[in-house]
Amino acid sequence: MNVLIDNSDLFLTGFKNTGILFVISAFFALILGTIVAGMRVSPAPAMRAAGTLYVNAVRNTPLTLILAFFALGYPKLGLPSIDFMTAAIVGLSLYTATYVCEAIRSGINTVSVGQSEAARAIGLPFMQTLTLIVLPQAFRSVVPPLFSVFIALLKNTTVAAGFSVFESGAIRAYLSERGEPLLPGLLWVALIFVVMVLGVLTPLQSYLEKKWRVAR
Amino acid sequence: MKGTPLKNFFSSKSLGFAAVLTAAALAMTGCGGADTAGGGDSAGGGAGDAPAFEVAKDVALTGSPTFDKIKADGTIRIGVKPDQPGLGFLDAATGKYSGFDIEIATWMAASLGVAADKIEFKSIPSATRETALAKGDVDLYVGTYSITDKRKKLVDFAGPYFITGQGLLVAKKNEDIKSEKDLAGKKVCSATGSTPIQNIRENFPEATPVEFDLYSKCVEALKNGDVDAVTTDQAILLGFASQEPELLKVVGEPFTTENYGVGLPLGDTALRTHLNTTLTDGNATWTKIFDSTLGKSGTKVEQPKVDQY
Repeated sequence: MNVLIDNSDLFLTGFKNTGILFVISAFFALILGTIVAGMRVSPAPAMRAAGTLYVNAVRNTPLTLILAFFALGYPKLGLPSIDFMTAAIVGLSLYTATYVCEAIRSGINTVSVGQSEAARAIGLPFMQTLTLIVLPQAFRSVVPPLFSVFIALLKNTTVAAGFSVFESGAIRAYLSERGEPLLPGLLWVALIFVVMVLGVLTPLQSYLEKKWRVAR
Repeated sequence: MKGTPLKNFFSSKSLGFAAVLTAAALAMTGCGGADTAGGGDSAGGGAGDAPAFEVAKDVALTGSPTFDKIKADGTIRIGVKPDQPGLGFLDAATGKYSGFDIEIATWMAASLGVAADKIEFKSIPSATRETALAKGDVDLYVGTYSITDKRKKLVDFAGPYFITGQGLLVAKKNEDIKSEKDLAGKKVCSATGSTPIQNIRENFPEATPVEFDLYSKCVEALKNGDVDAVTTDQAILLGFASQEPELLKVVGEPFTTENYGVGLPLGDTALRTHLNTTLTDGNATWTKIFDSTLGKSGTKVEQPKVDQY
């Protein structure tokens, strides 16, 4: 307990930044992932190809490499400079969006073909078929895999500690320099992560699952 | 008919095998007795131009569990840093460690009667030093380990064997930064969570701290122009600067005080007293070690006074 209280400044700032990284990245990843999933099922071959290329390229690249690019490579491109926090958010969003996309695409596959055929029959164009008919049905069936992706994102935020973002992943290094025992510090970090997953994400998941339950 | 060549083959082979076994057995018994008898004269075999240390004979150290373990094993395990040129550096090609800290470690081992070829160096990062000593993964730790009151609650320290302080490394052509007073508005890089970066955060609020997990990444960022300065103990910075003097330079005077000590398991007072005595009595050896490593940069430093707390 002492480790936590004596270093509350570290834990507070660290987990605050973890929270910021997580919430903003999850938001952008959800939006981008949905768009890319739409691209991957669109009738235009160019859109499908672009979506597939993005997902396969980014999903198969280690997150460390992606964050390293945005932290170390991006500044050399001569574009407007961004701070390390923003760089980490961009990297995490782009990376997580690929997983969101694939989760949503698996949901789209569960929607029966008759639904989109019926939508086309009443004259809806592709965009409306997707956003009004298919995606609302797809989302309800992908709540569990989507939350797995977000739990993974929460843990993935710790990678940013290696790229000059002070978040929960960096607490350990700070503690050891302050001469605190390593194990209690690590246990507290792990415990707070468990609390965040079990106390926030899991209840949200079961709430959404209940709310969007489909009678089959 | 069939058996003859085969038998010959077997007998010659087994003869050779027996010879190897005998030799190995001899070598092993030799090792077993080496902590009291001689046989450790091969010290400093791979030490290059560094001084060869005289391996102490008949070391008697009562009441030191660490020493008892070293004696029983015949080897000593010393935690070091692999990525600090000039202090503790692992050459990936040869697998050999070199630097000031490594020589100090070899000297300490010799004073305990362990020859250089019986030392097992282990790369231990800063964050797990205390754990490694407490668990017995290493018997000693020699790797830019600053003596602080908080750490004294977790480990014991012999020394200090070197005194340095936080310094600044900048690009050779940089004329803006001459000391720590010029850091306002500059990007200053150090290792994640390290004492120097915490000092920058707290006492230089106008500077922008940048943290990577390794000092070498900071130096890389400095060479690329992504950061303006790298800060950590000046001894470490001198090591980097001496590797690439045409690109990098150390500016200003150290603005903190760090006392490097030899870390050892908590409560082993007998071992600490022994190492402190070795450091105190071995002033000439210390100077030789310094001149052959860090001293190559041209600086002259006196050995600090040992603190027998």
